[in-house]
Amino acid sequence: MKPPPLGYSRPESVSDALAILAAKGHGTKVLAGGQSLVPLLSMRLATPAHLVDINRLHELGYVRVENGQVHVGALARHAQVLADKAVAQAQPLLAKALGFVAHAAIRNRGTTVGSLVHADPAAEMPAVLALLGGAVRLASSDGQREVPADEFFVGPLESAVLPSELATEALFPVLPSTAGTGFAEVSRRRGDYAVCGVAAMVVLGDNGRVSSARASFLSVGPSPQVVELTDAVVGQPPQAVDLTAAAKLAGQLLDPEADIHATADYRRHLAGVLTKRALREALGEANDRFNAVGQVVNEAS
Amino acid sequence: MTDATELHDATELHGATEVHDVRLTVNGAARTAAVPARRLLSDCIRHDLGLTGTHVGCEHGVCGACTILLDGVPVRSCLMLAVSADGQQITTVEGLADPDGTLSPVQQAFTECHGLQCGFCTPGFLTTITAGLRTTPDPDEAQAREIVGGNLCRCTGYQNIVASVLRAAEILNDRKAGRA
Repeated sequence: MKPPPLGYSRPESVSDALAILAAKGHGTKVLAGGQSLVPLLSMRLATPAHLVDINRLHELGYVRVENGQVHVGALARHAQVLADKAVAQAQPLLAKALGFVAHAAIRNRGTTVGSLVHADPAAEMPAVLALLGGAVRLASSDGQREVPADEFFVGPLESAVLPSELATEALFPVLPSTAGTGFAEVSRRRGDYAVCGVAAMVVLGDNGRVSSARASFLSVGPSPQVVELTDAVVGQPPQAVDLTAAAKLAGQLLDPEADIHATADYRRHLAGVLTKRALREALGEANDRFNAVGQVVNEAS
Repeated sequence: MTDATELHDATELHGATEVHDVRLTVNGAARTAAVPARRLLSDCIRHDLGLTGTHVGCEHGVCGACTILLDGVPVRSCLMLAVSADGQQITTVEGLADPDGTLSPVQQAFTECHGLQCGFCTPGFLTTITAGLRTTPDPDEAQAREIVGGNLCRCTGYQNIVASVLRAAEILNDRKAGRA
């Protein structure tokens, strides 16, 4: 239970980090919060020859809301994102989901971008990024690219980051003014990885009725599973949505697998129940926000 | 298969046997250690610095026994490399009591409420609760449970630990009032 012998660099700037990654290439891992990587090292499930520790890249320690996106730098800890009031206003789903990410001591050290790069199918933040249609910005000594969520999560514990690249920030779209979000999961103990979890978002149209709904599931596939639920709920008033139909549709679109924690059938059952819970929360928030927008319009006129 | 010589050469090549100097402020005192990159912070604290109050349970972040305060916030010392903590401040369980030996409010509460049995998990609980009461100085029972939610105890059934959190908050507030 000790990490293998490792080479180690601790660059002081992003450009230095990229130069090291370019030179070392394959067999090199980036160490940010290390809350997933260090146990993998200790259990010898990961045996990189070299670590590039980015904990001195303070320039990446930001969280800000800009141009319709929440920008989360690679060194922003979960706790920092969770406590940010501007983020809570701009995209409430982040705080809702982050509350389920392990425990305070882990959130104090673990980074949100690191969690995305780690791409654990049982983790909350990949499901959130996938639901919102966010992206991850990758930098290398050759330049930058922005990878949308649906291309970023390649498979279990596999993201689109190349050995020469550093994920510098994650981009989560701001919640539209007439939309709402919800998050629900079941885990065996508080803070554990979810047996099944779901993030949901609904958008209301000008008439105050549901115009679209979708959900993103964790722990039911090799990567976050985003399913469109609009067909089951479109045109319905938020107070009287047919949640059972939405849950049924989600169950039909998912193909969960069995493991030591749950059978496939049990996971499908949980997916249905949790879809209802997350949608109910999302509909409540969407309705509140829709009414608040209406009030602003009335006051202005 | 790689033979031992080749493996040795490979680790040399990547600088894996390199020793790094780490400067830490531990419980208020400047300390240094020379460690390979692979050294966990928990092992550095116990073996290099000789502070064996920090206990190592699961060594993969689940049990919370090794929790220390890093620049004042609780983290798992088994989930950090010592070299990564260079330049930072650490508080271990040894640093909680006053220099004259007066128990900290959390330690006092554990004593009064029988918040420990075998004591293995206790250092992690003490550090976690110390930080938890800074952000939640007046917890109700649900908040007390939330504060200790990331720490495992296999003896107490948690009842007395939760009682200790609530009692620690009382002692803390009493001591503050006494000083004011």
